Amino acid sequence: MITFDRVSKRYEEGHEALSEVSVEIRQDEMVFLTGHSGAGKSTLLRLIMLIERPSRGQLIVDGQNLAKVGERGIPRHRRNIGVVFQNHQLLFDRSVFHNVALPLVIGGYEQREIGRRVRAALDKVGLLSKERALPVTLSGGEQQRVGIARAVVARPRILLADEPTGNLDPLLSAEIMQLFEAFSQVGVTVLIASHDLALISRMRHRILTLRGGRLVGTGA
Amino acid sequence: MSAVENKLRREGASTRRTQMRHLFQGWLAHHRLSAADSLARVLDHPFASTLTWLVLGIALALPAALTVALDNARALSDRWDSPAQLSLFLSGSVSADEAQSLSAALQQRPDVEHVAFVSRDAALAEFSVLSGFADVLETLERNPLPDVLLLTPVPGSDAAPALYTELAADPRIAEVVLDMAWLERLNTLMQISRRVVWALGSVLVAGVVLILGNTIRLSIESRREEIVVIKLVGGSNAFVRRPFLYTGLWYGVGGGVFAALLVASALWLLGGPVMRLAELYQSNFRLGGLGIMGSLNLVLIGGCLGLAGAWLAVTRHLRLIAPR
Repeated sequence: MITFDRVSKRYEEGHEALSEVSVEIRQDEMVFLTGHSGAGKSTLLRLIMLIERPSRGQLIVDGQNLAKVGERGIPRHRRNIGVVFQNHQLLFDRSVFHNVALPLVIGGYEQREIGRRVRAALDKVGLLSKERALPVTLSGGEQQRVGIARAVVARPRILLADEPTGNLDPLLSAEIMQLFEAFSQVGVTVLIASHDLALISRMRHRILTLRGGRLVGTGA
Repeated sequence: MSAVENKLRREGASTRRTQMRHLFQGWLAHHRLSAADSLARVLDHPFASTLTWLVLGIALALPAALTVALDNARALSDRWDSPAQLSLFLSGSVSADEAQSLSAALQQRPDVEHVAFVSRDAALAEFSVLSGFADVLETLERNPLPDVLLLTPVPGSDAAPALYTELAADPRIAEVVLDMAWLERLNTLMQISRRVVWALGSVLVAGVVLILGNTIRLSIESRREEIVVIKLVGGSNAFVRRPFLYTGLWYGVGGGVFAALLVASALWLLGGPVMRLAELYQSNFRLGGLGIMGSLNLVLIGGCLGLAGAWLAVTRHLRLIAPR
């Protein structure tokens, strides 16, 4: 589903964030990406989302060589990927419902279908009762779950998460990881960047370890 | 077998049609949503929005008012346009018979509508009646007035100036007076004024577009984070652009409405005094306004300018806002 073939990313100021990364993630997999901050976790996710482009090497996502996706193709590419951001990236002047509905509005869904899917997604993350609330009135964990609902509401084939449990207590973190596992079980490819080794090593999924931009471990 | 294939193909085609219809409905729904959302945002800040509307309204009202003024001036001058008349003062050596034959000859020309002969005696009689100097005139030894031919060219043609040059060269005619000279000057003046209004209008229209562009730029800046989020979850440039284009449209339309109101109230203020002035000149002239169509046009123009300004700002600034 996601194939990195000797991918490097060097920034203009000369810093090499990723060097010669080669890895393949299958469709039914749930994979953790770990490493110290600055090891290249975020860069790797950003390459998949086409926020950045590789300096060298080939990156294939869902059968599509990303080098062949032009500027105009980026929105369509991103619509196939659900992303959970570390800082949530919610719209604070819109209700929870409207935040979660955003990918569906962009995708041009019908109003009734939007309502149905948003409520299903909110139900899945346990926030159905908060659909009219503004994000500022929610706790950090709830905001994160709104972000997750938004990431999955359009039923993407790939789900990326950047430190989804960053500021949460262990109990909430475990709950959120279980949510991701549930999505993985219905055929979504899940890739989670996290430095919470204690949590992810308990979960028996493949762990990719980055150190200084190089992939040093690809096993479980 | 082929029946099954056909059925499958038909179903495939109808699925695609359904998808297209859904996409179109979604697109339409987002237009509705953007339009309503942008309008709500504009109305949410009544003071700032009214200021913008007023600025645009004044910028649009100025050329509109000048155009209305020119239209009124033209309506006024049209009343004087017809009939242009040439007065041919015959030289003293021309006898009455010769004058009559000249009149008959002129009457035959295709560019002449009508020729009236006023003999010097008739002219003197008319003058003594109209002027009240009858007593003084009787003391004159001889009639000082010449014979006159009053010539009306075919209306609507430009024959008058040509006739003027031709007849002025005729030795039998002492002097030709064309009563149109001042009208021509007025028309030329009007043409100049029209050009000035156009130039002024273009400058102000450019100003409107720039003002709106700047307003939209500010609104883009204030919603930068929202734009980043929309782009992150796969919103196309067109999707991001849409609400801002509608914002521009609403500002422009509002500006057009304000401009139409300003022009209407100016005309209402001037209408009374102009009517009294016209009455003093025994004229039934009335000030013409923008009318319903003119006002709608002004609103339409405002809307188009709003879109143009928004487009300018959006294409310039949205590209620079990308997720980092």
